[in-house]
Amino acid sequence: MEQPVATIASLAGAVKRYGALTALDGLDLMLHRGELLALLGPNGAGKSTAINLLLGLVRADAGRVSLFGKDPQDINARRRIGVMLQSAVLPGTLSVAELLRLTMSYYPAPRTLAETAEMAGIGDLLARRYAALSGGQQRRVQFAMALCGRPELLFLDEPTVGMDIDARRRLWAAIRRLVAEGCAVVLTTHYLEEAEALAQRVVVLAKGRVLSDGSVHALRSRVAQSRIRCVSDLDAAAIAAWPRVTSAIREDGRLEVCTEAAEAVVRRLLDADPALGELEVLRAGLAEAFTEITREESTEQEAA
Amino acid sequence: MEAIEQFAMPDASRRMPASRVIGAYWAEMRSECIRYLRAPGFMLPVMLFPTMFYLLFGIVMNHANGPDALRYLLASYGVFGVMSPGLFGFGVSLAAERDNGLLTLKRALPMPPGAYLLGKMLMAMLAAAVVIMLLLAMAVGLGHVPVSGGQALLLLVTGMLGVLPFCALGMFVGTLVKGQGAPGVLNLVYLPMSFLSGLWVPLPMLPSALQKLAPIWPSSHLHAIALRALGLSQDPISTHLLVLAGIGVLFGMLAARRLRRVG
Repeated sequence: MEQPVATIASLAGAVKRYGALTALDGLDLMLHRGELLALLGPNGAGKSTAINLLLGLVRADAGRVSLFGKDPQDINARRRIGVMLQSAVLPGTLSVAELLRLTMSYYPAPRTLAETAEMAGIGDLLARRYAALSGGQQRRVQFAMALCGRPELLFLDEPTVGMDIDARRRLWAAIRRLVAEGCAVVLTTHYLEEAEALAQRVVVLAKGRVLSDGSVHALRSRVAQSRIRCVSDLDAAAIAAWPRVTSAIREDGRLEVCTEAAEAVVRRLLDADPALGELEVLRAGLAEAFTEITREESTEQEAA
Repeated sequence: MEAIEQFAMPDASRRMPASRVIGAYWAEMRSECIRYLRAPGFMLPVMLFPTMFYLLFGIVMNHANGPDALRYLLASYGVFGVMSPGLFGFGVSLAAERDNGLLTLKRALPMPPGAYLLGKMLMAMLAAAVVIMLLLAMAVGLGHVPVSGGQALLLLVTGMLGVLPFCALGMFVGTLVKGQGAPGVLNLVYLPMSFLSGLWVPLPMLPSALQKLAPIWPSSHLHAIALRALGLSQDPISTHLLVLAGIGVLFGMLAARRLRRVG
């Protein structure tokens, strides 16, 4: 009961080393009930290690790991989670329904087969052998296995890899539905638009530590830059010298201006060139913010 | 107050009833058996090699030597046939599943402890039973070997329990080798061991140095028990049983330890 109210899983000062490599360097991470958390970071940042600790697959060298107030290796804690790993080859000779029934048997109060299939959108696949499915279909079956136990916390490791855009959007809808029902989700992904579309909270990891922890909005606002694009004859080099303009270049016959004061710069552009056309103003997305944060980190490291 | 709701309430409502835990073990065993029975790549070699050898080297080539030779070879190829579902069923699949992520997923899921290994054990015992029954049918039907019901039953029990130490051995190899390397390594264990314990050529016909070495191999102990089951020897089998049980426990523990540590 000493835990904060809504925390359902946590890492506290978690350290994990693999030989000379430090995968996690005193990581603190709290997962809250009903929250969708996206865990981002470049390869080798420690995302997988953090997940593996929370799943009880590896033990921390130092620090505390807690899942529903228990050790993650306690099966009673794991009965409250659902898991979709990045790569798992399931038995190909079993049918989808057989795989789901097997997974459902592990849980105290699972969903029905019909409900599971409906939520994951695999109702038409139940009778098929797993090996006969396409890569995207197999991922959907793995997603169904993750949610069939009616989990309170769902771990999704790169869930939409290998899916087409349509399937990806349907999976997003299913994830939103689970969150609406009160299920917490931890999502790792390489697709930043996925984190942007789903996450309430984004944690950026690098070199085994938390670089940034906050809402998508807060993360984006760390990068105040906007990008202005238009068709114009104005000289890019001259614009680059304007106040509050970070850069201006000409690319494919279009002018591209980066600035922190989009409104003022747009006004000045329109004044300077009445013939200006095809104006676009883009706010920095998560991708830019992510690049910015990880770049800051590496320059800090170099400076240190 | 909310904290109590977070931890205490779901615990009580989410306790897994014993009937569902048993159900999970049952589901795991059932899946493990079904998936291999449907995999011809596993079942065919396990069934074909001992039966083909028995047909060729026993029934066809040794017919002139009378039913006792065929009875002897029934025990030999029975043991040979029982070793492979144990060694390969456990070793190859464990090595592959450590490699392809299935074991990791099972460890992350709330699968009850040991259900995975229990499932594979049951599958190996079933496959062993099928091999023994096929060989018995060939011996009686084609070789006209007089086998009493009691003897057949004893041989069946010998095969189904005798597969277990080989499961442990296969499991141990499966924890050492990852992925594609396992079948090769297991064949290096399986084939020489079969030869050296007199399953292909009767022990008395092997060089005396190899005869003296034979008790090292678990298969030679299972062979002795199988011979007794078919009434071909009256030697006591308690030592053989102890050795096999010891091998099973030893390798089982070594493998379980490695699985816990390395995964």
